[in-house]
Amino acid sequence: MSVVITGIVTIIVGVGGMFAYFWLSNLLLDRVLFPASGDDIGKNIRRADAVRPWLFLAPAILALGLYLVVPVFYSAWLSFTSGIAARNGVFANYAAIFQNGTFRTALLNNLLWVLVVPAASTFFGLLAAQLTDRLSWGNIAKSLIFMPMAISFVGASLIWRFVYDPNMNVGVVNAIRGLFGAESGVTLIDGQIVDSFLLMVVLIWIQTGFAMVILSAALRGVPDETVEAAIVDGANPFQIFFKIKVPQIMPTILVVWTTITILVLKVYDIVAAMGNQYRNLEILPTQMMQYFDSGNYGFATAISVVIMVLVLPVMIWNIRQARAELR
Amino acid sequence: MDNIAGQKSGLGIVTHLAVLLLVILWIVPTVGLLVTSFRDQDAISQSGWWRALQGAPQPFILSIPTDGAEEAAGEYRLAVNLFETDAIASVPASVVEAGRVAAFGTSRLRGADTDPGETAETRDGTLITITRDGEVTAVSPEPFDGPLSLPVELMAPPQLTLENYAEVLTDRNAEERAAALERGQSLDSMLFSDEALFGPFVNTLTVSIPATIIPIVIAAFAAYALAWMEFPGRGLLIAIVVGLLVVPLQLAFVPLTIIHSWIGIGKSFLGIWLAHTGFGLPLAIYLLRNYMVGLPRDIIENAKVDGATDFEIFVRIVLPLSFPALASFAIFQFLWTWNDLLVASVFLPSDAESTVMTRFVVTNLLGSRGGEWHILAAAAFVMIALPLIVFFTMQRYLVRGLLAGSVK
Repeated sequence: MSVVITGIVTIIVGVGGMFAYFWLSNLLLDRVLFPASGDDIGKNIRRADAVRPWLFLAPAILALGLYLVVPVFYSAWLSFTSGIAARNGVFANYAAIFQNGTFRTALLNNLLWVLVVPAASTFFGLLAAQLTDRLSWGNIAKSLIFMPMAISFVGASLIWRFVYDPNMNVGVVNAIRGLFGAESGVTLIDGQIVDSFLLMVVLIWIQTGFAMVILSAALRGVPDETVEAAIVDGANPFQIFFKIKVPQIMPTILVVWTTITILVLKVYDIVAAMGNQYRNLEILPTQMMQYFDSGNYGFATAISVVIMVLVLPVMIWNIRQARAELR
Repeated sequence: MDNIAGQKSGLGIVTHLAVLLLVILWIVPTVGLLVTSFRDQDAISQSGWWRALQGAPQPFILSIPTDGAEEAAGEYRLAVNLFETDAIASVPASVVEAGRVAAFGTSRLRGADTDPGETAETRDGTLITITRDGEVTAVSPEPFDGPLSLPVELMAPPQLTLENYAEVLTDRNAEERAAALERGQSLDSMLFSDEALFGPFVNTLTVSIPATIIPIVIAAFAAYALAWMEFPGRGLLIAIVVGLLVVPLQLAFVPLTIIHSWIGIGKSFLGIWLAHTGFGLPLAIYLLRNYMVGLPRDIIENAKVDGATDFEIFVRIVLPLSFPALASFAIFQFLWTWNDLLVASVFLPSDAESTVMTRFVVTNLLGSRGGEWHILAAAAFVMIALPLIVFFTMQRYLVRGLLAGSVK
């Protein structure tokens, strides 16, 4: 129970401390350092206003710097200098992991995940968004499809392990095989390369709701005039969807696709909970955690840098989008 | 235009069916495990969860008295209702109340191999029919010499129980709990024993609540500065925040492990609170800034003219107006920290006292009890119940936050 008390104290100290910091630092700035009185009143107000943003930003910059920015460079540095790189040259860690067969399988699997999951989630999300759009019970349907978003990857893995269970009285997949005449259940996940697709189903199941919610909002934003014009010109519903609506929401489709791609690159829990004992199902994050747990920081940081490199194009694209909006 | 209208109603039914199919496909996995978590341990492997509400057939050997048999046209004919005779004396009351025959037979050896309503013949030529409701008709050329002893399967009503939840939370089944209580062990000590799920539940709560609240405060101040203060480098800072949104957490694990042990935090709750705070900040700042930038300029400028300081404007005006955005982020961060496995396995020690639920399930339950679905199903729903409640009550804010993050 003591940890609960520590938690409560942390909330009080953390939140109270933050407000106290902001209040006191502002007070210090306005009353002591640059008081709005005396000879330099104008100059002091200007100086205080120049410093104030940094008071507001300081805790965030400190936390972001220490927990995200510094680690990125520190990890990169460690990947070139620690472990076997200390003896065999700066690229020794990378050379070693790329020669490892399991790493290459993990990389290949990761690329498969990146190709399949965002595509499938976006497709099903778009389908669900379009179909539920004009339905009277559309919101209930959406809510239910969106629900897996709240479920942890570990919880979702349990749910799908249950679906895949080899016992025909337990697993739905084997029960359905039974309806079509199968005599006994089969073990669905047994370490074949293709079993990765069964694991991807879990993430697609979770992410479709996300894609649906965003694409549904985008579809509502399509101007009615364009659709009406198409109807007058004699377009059928499929043409309206594929030739009028989809091109107009293409930017949103791209955002959804890249957001899910980023998530896929980081996913660890599903493979850890469903296929951890099988080498054929490994992905980069599970490999990285194995080296991390065994204390091989050289290999672990090298793999994390590989993941970072895979994310980099999306990151640059994101920043350019954000900057374009600011202007 | 008639054509288009006609097409529309045709497509309408297809749309309803397609959405229904999609929804069923999406909820069946969860419903299956939820139903299973309330089922008896033995029932789970005997019949599928989709039959949980039908009940399960249970075999009995019943002795049907033949006193009421009547002779007619050289035959002896017995017509009674099974459930109104003494035959059911040994059958549990709940099964009698359900009052349904699943199958019957004429030989103990072959068991109940005949469907209700059909006719089976015994070795000595008696024709027996038992209907679903228990109406027995027996026709024999000879007088009956004593009760008919038949194998019959009766439907037991569905047994839904909370026992699985009690077992997973205390790591003891009903008998073990009773025995432990008799020995004088307190319920408290059972809940907090090493293999029980209750301790990890408390730990998960302990991790996620501070890790949700602290980043909100830090991010709100920063977002205000990025939205409403003019200073050199603002654009660059926003770009950095956007860039940090997608940095893989894996990059931070090794460096932070080294830094944490160097400054003496090590692996601890304090460490994971700080880590979640750092990792959650980019999204928090991004969401809150996007929202605050959209607040009406007049309100803030009028307050400035009236002599309010930035700190006062922030606390009195901007913070209350930003409630929807704060709520959106709080939900995201809560779901993320509650559901997280990866950060917890890196920043928390691996001893039993500081294990969170996700980790407990993966290392303790999936390893040694991977096939015990009564335990796994209950554990899964202890784990996802709170997020589901948050999801269904706060869905509005969740959707708003998602849209703020990606649709312009």
